[in-house]
Amino acid sequence: MEYKSSIKPTLIIGGGISGITAAVELAEAGREVILVEQKPYLGGNVVKMNNYFPKLCPPGCGLEINFRRIRQNPRITYFPSSTISDISGSKGNFSVSMVTSALYVNDLCTACGKCTEVCPEERPDEFNYNFTKTKAIYLPHEMTFPMKFHIDDQYCKKEACNKCVEVCTNNAIDFAAQAESQVLEVSSIVIATGWRNYDARKLANLGYSSSENIVTNVEFERLLAAAGSGNGKLKRPSDEKEPKEIVFVQCAGSRDENHLPYCSAVCCSASLKHALTVQEKIPGCKVTIYYIDLRVTGRNEDFLKKVEENPNITLIKGKVGNVEKNSETENLIVEAENILEGKKIKHTADLVVLATGIVSNELPLNLLTTQDGFLSDDQQEGIHAISCSKKPMDVSSSVKEATAVALKAIQ
Amino acid sequence: MGKNIGVYICSGCEIGNCINTEKTCQVAMEEFNLSHAKVHSALCSVEGYNFILTDIEEHKLKAVLIAACSPRVKTEVFDFPDNILLERVNLREQVAWCFEYGEDMQMAADDYLRMGIVKLKNTTVSEPYIAENINSEILVVGGGISGLSSAIEGAKAGYKIHLVEKENTLGGKLNTLYKQYPSRAPFNTLTDPVLKNKLDEVTSLENITVYTSTTIEKISGQPGSFDVKLLNGKTQNLKVGAVVAAMGWEPYDANKLGHLGYGKSPNVITNEEFEKMVKENPGLSLPPNILFIQCAGSRDKNHLPYCSSYCCCTSLKQAKYIRELSPDSSVFIVYKDIRTPGLGEEFYKEVQKDDQVFFTKGVINEVLTENEKLRVNVGKTLQDEDISLQVDMIILATGMQPAGTEELNLTYRLGKGLPELKYNFSDSHFICFPYETRRTGIYAAGSVRAPMDIAACTEDASGAMFKAIQCIEAAKRGEAVHPRSGDKSYPDLFMDRCTDCKRCTEECPFGTYDETEQGTPLLNINRCRRCGICLGSCPERVINFSNFSINSVSAMIKAVEIPDEFEEKPRILVFVCENDAYPAMDMAGTKRLKYSPYVRIIPVRCLGSINKVWISDALSCGYDGILQIGCKPGENYQCHFIHGSELTETRGINIQETLQSMMLEPERIRTEFVEITDYFKIPEIINNYVETIERIGPNPFKGM
Repeated sequence: MEYKSSIKPTLIIGGGISGITAAVELAEAGREVILVEQKPYLGGNVVKMNNYFPKLCPPGCGLEINFRRIRQNPRITYFPSSTISDISGSKGNFSVSMVTSALYVNDLCTACGKCTEVCPEERPDEFNYNFTKTKAIYLPHEMTFPMKFHIDDQYCKKEACNKCVEVCTNNAIDFAAQAESQVLEVSSIVIATGWRNYDARKLANLGYSSSENIVTNVEFERLLAAAGSGNGKLKRPSDEKEPKEIVFVQCAGSRDENHLPYCSAVCCSASLKHALTVQEKIPGCKVTIYYIDLRVTGRNEDFLKKVEENPNITLIKGKVGNVEKNSETENLIVEAENILEGKKIKHTADLVVLATGIVSNELPLNLLTTQDGFLSDDQQEGIHAISCSKKPMDVSSSVKEATAVALKAIQ
Repeated sequence: MGKNIGVYICSGCEIGNCINTEKTCQVAMEEFNLSHAKVHSALCSVEGYNFILTDIEEHKLKAVLIAACSPRVKTEVFDFPDNILLERVNLREQVAWCFEYGEDMQMAADDYLRMGIVKLKNTTVSEPYIAENINSEILVVGGGISGLSSAIEGAKAGYKIHLVEKENTLGGKLNTLYKQYPSRAPFNTLTDPVLKNKLDEVTSLENITVYTSTTIEKISGQPGSFDVKLLNGKTQNLKVGAVVAAMGWEPYDANKLGHLGYGKSPNVITNEEFEKMVKENPGLSLPPNILFIQCAGSRDKNHLPYCSSYCCCTSLKQAKYIRELSPDSSVFIVYKDIRTPGLGEEFYKEVQKDDQVFFTKGVINEVLTENEKLRVNVGKTLQDEDISLQVDMIILATGMQPAGTEELNLTYRLGKGLPELKYNFSDSHFICFPYETRRTGIYAAGSVRAPMDIAACTEDASGAMFKAIQCIEAAKRGEAVHPRSGDKSYPDLFMDRCTDCKRCTEECPFGTYDETEQGTPLLNINRCRRCGICLGSCPERVINFSNFSINSVSAMIKAVEIPDEFEEKPRILVFVCENDAYPAMDMAGTKRLKYSPYVRIIPVRCLGSINKVWISDALSCGYDGILQIGCKPGENYQCHFIHGSELTETRGINIQETLQSMMLEPERIRTEFVEITDYFKIPEIINNYVETIERIGPNPFKGM
């Protein structure tokens, strides 16, 4: 098929693994694409992950290939720090309003890092779920793409300080920069705005707000990561002690009518991955996983077998009812039930990980949603929701969806 | 080669403070007689770019060397006309940011400049290989849900599809379906099988040609021009550009499940047999007590070790329609885990609402016949109880086995079908790249690739079809597909010197090379993924790429100035895989982690692309050691070219023989495997090796 230049580009909203995949796949088939991402960098949730199940390999490996595909493909235009505020029109002729927030650091930035050395202000590092801090001008993470620094509006004193501007030899910092709006004319739209994890503060019985040592599964990724809070060494947040006994609470707020009624499909495999990764970091560390059903489908059964064979990992069918802190030791008392043995358990752990589920990110756009808050399959013709914006799924399935939607976009 | 090369050295980002850039400039001018070698304080700025562009235009430059930051950054900035050869030398992340300040830094910078210049001299612009008459038609093998969906979606995108089915009707397993379980809201209703809609769509789309009762005699050729011979009473020839392989699955053989009662009683049947029965006669009378055994022969090391993903929902579906068709019947489901991931949970809850559907976790201890009835003894149920049930019928939820892709009958040297990953599934090994194939242009779809249900197959079929389309479009542009997407270079074989040793044909992970009847390798460029493993394998050094060749790397190796043994400055040659190890080294630089400045890095496409001659070149030049850093091999390998990094181990034996014949220590060569996030290990890896080399002393060939 010859693509005529009269075909407008496809817009992809969301620069996580799904959006990136849809963009590179379409562009490599000869189609022009525009990729819009809210954060200053591409990579979404996966760039924060320490590793993937079942290979325990780093997401950066595939992202590097994808970033290279983006860099060298002239058919991809991407806009970080940008959001979509309105969509109008119909298949073949959509008009989309995009707002790019003020880019105080522009494309002249070489990521040399002089600015951050002189910056006197600090901010909590949301990339590391606030376990660590960065300067107000910072490189979001080591694989930041596009590779440039970013300024946190909330913490930077701007002209009143001006120290970074003074040391930047490339004139890459401009506090006069303004947010900019533009209208994109596109033929079709792929929505890949992805997910966030369920708010663990709502799980009062699991004690999330009561102890630093009760963390969510996504936070746990940053406790494990080389560039995370412990520089690759797993330490518990309250006192930086190496944990010896870790409890995972599966379905924390999932398969639960009071929270998320559905299953998030990834949390079982994610916790199994965590359990094995813990063994690499702290050999012999005792890990117990309390679950309802172990939902590890397909070939990943091998992965479950590997976990079952590990003498330091115990899998118990049972729901955790309560987690409480021992204020003296900062340890946690987990109350659970062993359904198979019909016993109640009180389990003391020094770190508890809540396997929280997937919630679709909300969009300020007029789109059809399901009762579970996900985007519906039945959008206006020419608009396609994919991956975790549509239903919970793992990375590989998301990439499958992103490739499949590329075919829809060229029909 | 008399190329007009311009050399541009950036002094920004600390480079200018760490090295004397003017002195490095002199290297280009004096040692290589280049007239255009200049320093700029920020080459990536608009002024910097224009500074180079003006030179290109004024001095009719043919090649540009930019000695600045890593080629992984500012790629979009250094965008020059296509006929200009561009080479980047990494003086920032891999010199200024990672070495301690001193004369060694200057020496490294000067060496890298030399390496860059000789590389350019040995490189030509990559002219794409664009075959004549690229065919845009697509062959879909298998007329089940995946094949049908693939054909329909491809046809809707404007491509002509040939849909081949070996049976006399389309539909595959869909033909025996009574009902489907819902994959989207509302989850409270079973749906009619999707087959009729799919068949109507196939009929309505003019660009789908259906071939039933047809098999494939053979497929030869390459993306853009596959030759297909079909057999349906007669032989029929087709030309297609790409192939989707959707052979589907077979149920696990229940005859092997005697321990679950199969064969003991006609009332023990499989889920598939039950479905057929109800489909043929929905009015049939169902007995009062029906029990499902989940994972019948699945998740079982004696049978299928994996989970087939569809059986839980299928039993829930069958339970639901049993209760609808026969309200007086009760249903028992014995499971290991109920696996209804994602929104499938909504369907599970729907079935749980029915108080005559009983669920228990448990292990089947025994199935016995009792007169007309069946006795099932279940152990390890909730509360650790053993229970015993008398039922009238048992339905075994058997799993799926891939049908295999052998029937493609590829004429490839490496086999008739697609390579299988595990348990005979032709799946990708890569989480990020589920459509990665080792037979370029041929994409597996549906349950031949992994256990999956109808909804997943439908989705998967579109993805595989899209990859087929993409592969054809890339062939039209003369570009490689993933992971070196867009690469226009390709292997060029100097056949006069080929000895037909077949190493290239054996080692290419993608089956790029066929063989002629005489045993001579026959290159199919559009199958090639440009990893360079063939280049690395060739003992006669006859395989080269325009921008990556035996000569270009040899020249880079030889361009480095090797200090004599009395200077006590060893030189270590480091071959670095550009996919993960090179970025890891960049990140080490970005984090300002310091390591020994005695290393000289040459990025390679894959560790498998390292030719043995480079090792002997380096040792005879006087390098004291050679370090290869690449991706992890083994079961969970991370090599983007399947076994490239593993080859270093098998080839390593030969290399050790080379060392022995040169009377050199085995430590002169070391291989290290890293992940991209292992940047913090880089200093340790390098410094350790440098220490080892310092301990064993200088290479005796130094200065010879």
